[in-house]
Amino acid sequence: MPTTTSTPASTPSPKVNRIGLPATDYRGAKTTLCAGCGHNAISERIIDACFEMGIDPHRFVKLSGIGCSSKAPTYFLGRSFGFNSVHGRMPSIATGAVLANRTLQALGVSGDGDTASIGLGQFIHLMRRNLPLIYIIEDNGVYGLTKGQFSATADLGAKQKSGVINELPALDTCALAVLSGATFVARSFSGDKKQLTAILKAALAHRGTVMIDVISPCVTFNDHEGSTKSYKYVLEHEEALQEVSFVPAFDDIAVDYDPGTTLDVTMHDGSHLRLRKLAQDFDPSNGQQALDVLTAAHQSGEVLTGVFYLDTTKPDFVQQLGLVGEPLAHLPEAVVRPPRAVLDEVMASLL
Amino acid sequence: MSTSTLDRDLAPAPAPASLLNDFSIQVATVNGSGSQSSNLVLLHTLFQMGIPISGKNLFPSNIAGLPTWYTIRASRRGYIGRKKEIDFLIALNPDTCRDDVQGLEAGASVIYDEPLKLSALRSDLTYYPVPFDKLVAPVCPVAKLRKLVRNMIYVGVAAHLTCMEMPEVERALRRQFKTKPKAADLNWAAIQAGYSFAREQFPQPDRCQLQRMDGTRGQIVIEGNAAGALGCLFAGVTVVGWYPITPSSSLCEYLIEYLKRYRRTPGGEATFACVQAEDELAACGMVLGAGWMGARAVTSTSGPGISLMSEFVGLGYYAEIPAVIFDIQRVGPSTGLPTRTAQGDLSFVATLSHGDTRHLVLLPGTVQECFDCGVAAFDLAERFQTPVFVLSDLDLGMNHWMSPPFTYPEKPMDRGKVLTAEDLRRLKGDWGRYRDVDGDGIGYRTLPGTDHPAAAFFTRGSGHNADAKYSEKGADYIANMDRLRRKWEGAREHLPAPLLEHDSSSGVGVIAYGSTHHGMVEALDQMREETDLDCAYLRVRAWPFARSVAEFVRRCQRVYVVDQNRDGQMYHLLLADLGPELGARLRSVRQYSGLPVDARSLSDAIRAQEAAARPLK
Ligand SMILES: Cc1ncc(C[n+]2csc(CCOP(=O)(O)OP(=O)(O)O)c2C)c(N)n1
Ligand code: SF4
Ligand SMILES: [Mg+2]
Repeated sequence: MPTTTSTPASTPSPKVNRIGLPATDYRGAKTTLCAGCGHNAISERIIDACFEMGIDPHRFVKLSGIGCSSKAPTYFLGRSFGFNSVHGRMPSIATGAVLANRTLQALGVSGDGDTASIGLGQFIHLMRRNLPLIYIIEDNGVYGLTKGQFSATADLGAKQKSGVINELPALDTCALAVLSGATFVARSFSGDKKQLTAILKAALAHRGTVMIDVISPCVTFNDHEGSTKSYKYVLEHEEALQEVSFVPAFDDIAVDYDPGTTLDVTMHDGSHLRLRKLAQDFDPSNGQQALDVLTAAHQSGEVLTGVFYLDTTKPDFVQQLGLVGEPLAHLPEAVVRPPRAVLDEVMASLL
Repeated sequence: MSTSTLDRDLAPAPAPASLLNDFSIQVATVNGSGSQSSNLVLLHTLFQMGIPISGKNLFPSNIAGLPTWYTIRASRRGYIGRKKEIDFLIALNPDTCRDDVQGLEAGASVIYDEPLKLSALRSDLTYYPVPFDKLVAPVCPVAKLRKLVRNMIYVGVAAHLTCMEMPEVERALRRQFKTKPKAADLNWAAIQAGYSFAREQFPQPDRCQLQRMDGTRGQIVIEGNAAGALGCLFAGVTVVGWYPITPSSSLCEYLIEYLKRYRRTPGGEATFACVQAEDELAACGMVLGAGWMGARAVTSTSGPGISLMSEFVGLGYYAEIPAVIFDIQRVGPSTGLPTRTAQGDLSFVATLSHGDTRHLVLLPGTVQECFDCGVAAFDLAERFQTPVFVLSDLDLGMNHWMSPPFTYPEKPMDRGKVLTAEDLRRLKGDWGRYRDVDGDGIGYRTLPGTDHPAAAFFTRGSGHNADAKYSEKGADYIANMDRLRRKWEGAREHLPAPLLEHDSSSGVGVIAYGSTHHGMVEALDQMREETDLDCAYLRVRAWPFARSVAEFVRRCQRVYVVDQNRDGQMYHLLLADLGPELGARLRSVRQYSGLPVDARSLSDAIRAQEAAARPLK
């Protein structure tokens, strides 16, 4: 039977994790977001996943753009470096940061406005490069921080709090990510603790761009009747593509699964992502199938969640660039300043 | 290949002293016709003959089919700025040849493609009709290659007429085609054909004549963008983010070439990352992300890209992240004249982005300084934890300049104030990212990955206090902004210092900067020699200004500030810095045609204003 949580139920919740840190070391500043905001729940899941995976906070960086969602990194992993950048441009900051120090793990938090409007260009190019980065969209269909205007992920026909109806079709960030070259693409729901935690842990085990669109209701501006991003709507319309579970590499407890119904994917670090088929046959290594199920879900008004695409073979951007193992940022002068003879050689060629 | 048959056997008629090794050759062709190789052969031949040269390419914003002019200046006195008058025209563009000829001063010489029939246009010029197609056919039997070697004919013709040394022509050619000996042979045959033709048809050399001298010994020839790229290489740059734009692209392209060649480990791994970004916003973001991580990162762009970078630059300023940004200026506003030169970004760059911002701006005036500023910019960016701009321009960046060889950086790299885990243990974790511990406005930073529980801090472009915590308090904001201003003020004496290029007690001074320098040097001589006006000359090399700038102005009654922009941007920066009393001594001189500033226009403009100010002797 497939496991549904990463730690077997028989083990009592440990006070410290495998690197000896208590869960409190993964918490951040007290949130200033609205009570009940989906973004807060996502922060909690990031804290859980990092704690349980034994992420070393000082080897971890958090980046974001601008928006309520982009404020979130202040509220988790307080012992990690954070960078709250400018609206829609976090991907480029992340690109420079990751290339400068390939040995750190990076997580970016964005919003649907931050990603799908002002930041769409950088978003797509980030996916295209397959930069090793976990990219989370905290997707509420509105611009929370500027008081509730529609974003480009708002569904056609969705109603704004003021009563205005959205006349434009939604952009599907998961479909875009698959088309653009991301190697791990998933959608989840801030209220789905089990699924989101499992996906986040798998994300931590992946090398390449992980794009997770997390539906994250805005209780202040988009939680009303007629919204398609409200708690009620998502609870009523969520359709999981698979049952997602995660077995970390450091857990040597063998958990049986049925290969007939469950797909087992070995991640880069040796851990396992298990996807138990629910309604339909689905192959997450097939991008076309991902696009098909996403299109179908739009047509039927379902909020389809799960892991849509996964490729553990494609080289990430750091590998493509053939970078040295040590962080570029820390290379000593002797390595980065060529010797006098090089200048002499160049000068001689210009005489 | 032997050159014996073509060795100079004609004794040149003595040239008018004024033109010996002192004239300019303009080659007018059609863009995309491959004339650049021929022009570089001419340029290097003169250089090898020891004659000081400069080469300027005036080209359209188009890949093929529009007019382009390449001007080579020989100057026995060593002037390498643009010369206004053309003495020797090589007219090959049917579309512009008439205007090109009409624009010459009386007495000039013209090599032209015979079918263009230009000699009827004016009677006060010396004409050399050359049947290019007829000459090229026998040396290049393969018809489709003819277009490529056709332009070498004029090298041979000009070589004869101006008395170039043929062995040097051949050496320059083979240098140009180092990796393609076959092509070199073919082109050499074309040069020889042009030379033989000219010797038979025009036995008398032209009045523009060349003679070996000793004016280039030990010098190099290089473009400013290559020099800037070398500066970055020797500064130890590790991350490059860029987006193509004329006239900046070649800086990153050169840099990538150099990095690939000189910055791999023995195992072949790259000690650098270069990313061609999706736009200049992303390029700038990559540089800031890398700078935040502790890497030395650079981007290069031109006006339109600078406009796009402005939001990020404000973040870099306020969050205090090192970054190096080259702006190879071209003519704006908007797309403007993308292949013409200007100094029009100065005031925009100085305070780029919204809110109160002030950046560090370096103003190289020579290719050597493109190199030196390239090195220095990274030290300054890390020392002052802020974006540093290097303002070059199309003239400096893309044209060929003679220069002494660059000197290897003697100072070790300055990585600025960075706290290590060890430091944090010593401080018992008590530190704050934006605390002004040393009173110079510069805080200490930690780099992501530092292994100490207190190392991490949060970087943001929103309000923050001295401990990098989010804050909207007025007092925190003011303290932060005032510290940033102190930090900027403190940079004044750490930037490339103003150079007193020429001193004089006449009470009249000039201030120039950037590529205008070369026209300025010559204009000073013109004013002194022609009208006895001896101006002191201070060359400003950075903003904020060192205090010596005010001292210079204080010693003068009038100071002419030379700008290559409509609004006198340097003049206004100086005025703001000096205040109304000293500032009243400033006069603005502006040239903004898109062409590199020439000495004659400068000396005329300054003399005109001087004449109005006080009678000339
Ligand atoms: C260049 C720029 N334009 C506009 C804004 C104003 N702005 C701040 S947040 C935001 C939208 C945020 O929406 P989203 O990313 O969905 O985040 P949410 O608040 O919904 O979590 C906008 C338009 C800005 N900060 N910068
Ligand atoms: S406005 Fe909406 S998105 Fe912003 S914090 Fe409140 S609930 Fe969350
Ligand atoms: Mg939103």
